[in-house]
Amino acid sequence: MTESTSNRLAIIALHGTLDAAYPPLILATAAAAMDMQCAIFFTFYGLEIIRKGKADKLQVAPIANPAMPMPVPNIVGMLPGMTAVATGMMNSWMHKANVAKLSELLEMAVESGVRMIACQMSMDVMGVKKEDLIDGVEVSGAATFLEFASQNAISLSF
Amino acid sequence: MSITPDQVLDCSGMACPMPILKTKKAVDGLQLGQILKMIATDPGSTSDMEAWTKKTGHTLVASEQVEGKFIFYIKKSK
Repeated sequence: MTESTSNRLAIIALHGTLDAAYPPLILATAAAAMDMQCAIFFTFYGLEIIRKGKADKLQVAPIANPAMPMPVPNIVGMLPGMTAVATGMMNSWMHKANVAKLSELLEMAVESGVRMIACQMSMDVMGVKKEDLIDGVEVSGAATFLEFASQNAISLSF
Repeated sequence: MSITPDQVLDCSGMACPMPILKTKKAVDGLQLGQILKMIATDPGSTSDMEAWTKKTGHTLVASEQVEGKFIFYIKKSK
């Protein structure tokens, strides 16, 4: 039996929180650095990541997110301001660990040839226009993404 | 180590995926057979550089750890 290796990475980004925006972008840029072809399909809340000026303003909520190390019971996360606190905490961890900002990762992804595909249907549903998105994004549908993914791609969804 | 690099790339303080991104750019700019010396502080870069060279077809000639920094010698092999 011959072993086949993938040279393609197909990612679906459907969440728009700070913690969910990093995995697609880090993997995509790493794949591009390894000479792999990569495409990210931004759909539903994932569109927030590629909105002009939005990437560095994404938030993460602690409520119902028991994985976030909070010194208080999880329910306290519902209080006004707690989302900003959790977001600030996560951003400071990223900064301390020298992780690139989301806007930088987006730039590097576009520069290294990662295909950034915005889901037309989600854009219609959420009222997002092409002008609202960053440069380097192509607007397409599911078939475009699936065509790319069908050719022996590692497919991930975040 | 007595390998003379053709280029030195310092990725100290950078976290994944920056070291491999910068390495790729640097190696792309080298001539075939030339050697890049890459310095990193990210502990993950040890296995990352092995994986990167394996996937891209370049050669990890040597690697060492000096004073808490990870040093890699990569030869452009294609």
